[in-house]
Amino acid sequence: MSTETTTAAPTTGPIPDLRMKRPGGLAALFYDGAITSWRNLVVLPRTPELLFFTLVQPVMFVVLFNYVFGGAIEGSLPPGVPYAQFLIPGILVQTIVFGSAATSVGLAEDLSKGIVDRFRSLPITRSAVLVGRIVADTVRLTLVALVMLVVGVLVGFRFEGGLLAGVMMVVTAVSFGWAMSWILANIGLRVKDPETAQTAGFVWLFPLSFVSSVFTPVATMPGWLQPIARNNPVTLVANLLRGLAVGHVQAAMVWPVLAWIVGITVVFAPMAVRRYRTV
Amino acid sequence: MPPIIEVEDLHKHFGDNHAVDGVSFTVEQGSVLGLLGPNGAGKTTTVRMLATLLSPDGGTARVAGHDVVRESNAVRSTIGLTGQYAAVDEKLTGKENLWMVARLLGMTKDGASYRAEELLERFELSDAADRPVSTYSGGMRRRADLAVSLVGRPKVLFLDEPTTGLDPSSRLSLWEITRELVGEGTTVLLTTQYLEEADELADRIVVIDHGAVIAEGTSEELKNDMGGRSLVVEVHDLDQLELATELLTRCEDCAVPTMDRQRHTVSLPVEDDTGIAARAISILAEGEVDIADFHLERPSLDDVFLSLTSSGTLPAGSDTSTATEDR
Repeated sequence: MSTETTTAAPTTGPIPDLRMKRPGGLAALFYDGAITSWRNLVVLPRTPELLFFTLVQPVMFVVLFNYVFGGAIEGSLPPGVPYAQFLIPGILVQTIVFGSAATSVGLAEDLSKGIVDRFRSLPITRSAVLVGRIVADTVRLTLVALVMLVVGVLVGFRFEGGLLAGVMMVVTAVSFGWAMSWILANIGLRVKDPETAQTAGFVWLFPLSFVSSVFTPVATMPGWLQPIARNNPVTLVANLLRGLAVGHVQAAMVWPVLAWIVGITVVFAPMAVRRYRTV
Repeated sequence: MPPIIEVEDLHKHFGDNHAVDGVSFTVEQGSVLGLLGPNGAGKTTTVRMLATLLSPDGGTARVAGHDVVRESNAVRSTIGLTGQYAAVDEKLTGKENLWMVARLLGMTKDGASYRAEELLERFELSDAADRPVSTYSGGMRRRADLAVSLVGRPKVLFLDEPTTGLDPSSRLSLWEITRELVGEGTTVLLTTQYLEEADELADRIVVIDHGAVIAEGTSEELKNDMGGRSLVVEVHDLDQLELATELLTRCEDCAVPTMDRQRHTVSLPVEDDTGIAARAISILAEGEVDIADFHLERPSLDDVFLSLTSSGTLPAGSDTSTATEDR
């Protein structure tokens, strides 16, 4: 859509149709959601910090963790498993989880700068801003996932389960990130100030993503930490992605992940929508 | 024709804070109403309810015949809102902001581009059309914000403190634009901290304080209600000024005196009673105030405002920098 805005307006010649004809019903939600998503995506290349978190940070993490910690951690892995094969699915989840923090910052920014007021004074769908934010963030997370997998392959990661399993890896990781975005949306709508939203978002994402099997096998952790790490949804997602990567997936790995994604969304999405209506 | 805005006994409280406590007024189509009051008086809360951003706890409000609660979407189709801070997306260009709103309102892509160009030209933003709004000056942002609120050709325009923080020339240009819009038939509801702004632009003024209307009328009517003139006494320095103000505050039959630190003057509403004026002068003389000059003056809107608001303080940022003594 971005190209259409840059085409010069026909300042000479016939005046185009200026009538205002909005679609009705559910189509209105899609129409408004498409425009507000466009708004968030078109600024992505102009926002250096988002671009950094989207493109540079994932590359740095993959390269640093793989080469700096790889040698030490590889010893704790089953023989013959290269660290890249263990790391990439894990770090994919971790990066996606961190990436979802942008949802809270974005919403808090829109609230504090009066953009939400602007949209809500227009005769459009009530939740347009929220929908646009979540859709755009999901697109961005997909981009992050693809960048990570490309870099992963460069450092030795292999899709042993085939291409379809690779696609499922992206779908699973992004779905989890999407669900997480709803939690972060609630934070953004409550703190209403971008700096606080940034802190309130990350402060619990750090332990959530590190007390897991993302970087090291759970068996290497102290005994009291292991049950927590083992049941952490981040671990469950990481393990499912590892299963997909090598082509060994059991139903017992899929159901918990699905339950978390659905559970988080069912609880936090309606909460965010309600909150958004009253801010 | 019925008034285009009808507000009746509107209430809104946040916890124990009764931000708006029974406000009623009407605005005739094509006129400018100035909603005047100190910070925290309830101006913005009132506008937010009229613009459907906040639902009232009591009372009713209709805009262009539509109830702001039950027919909020119809209200949104007829209004434009320019907030206290420029509610445009800083990362988008000026043109993209306008284009996006035009699209949201249902214009075609070509139509939206045309409307965006048209408004950019009108608000002298064509040269900056393809720059992100974050690079705009304060005045340009405010014009961009106003342009965005005009995309849908609203019948009613809410200007919530449109010139707060602007330099004098940007303020003048915004006033000019507002007058043009009114000339084209737009109804404007203006909230302002600047008495001068209400005096310049508003056909009628509603003064609110502590969430309630305390006076209403044209600027002339409000001034006349003051009963005419004030005694203005000029002294040589600030010590003398404070002494003079204190003496007049203690004077039993006198109204509340107003102190102007910059001009070194204290003014006292005296109705048309020159006897009070003479008494005030003699009180000052007895108190050994060194009077530099004194004269009788027609009241300004500042005086009206000060005598009306119980707090006795001017709205922040008032141009005349007057201040009453803290009591």
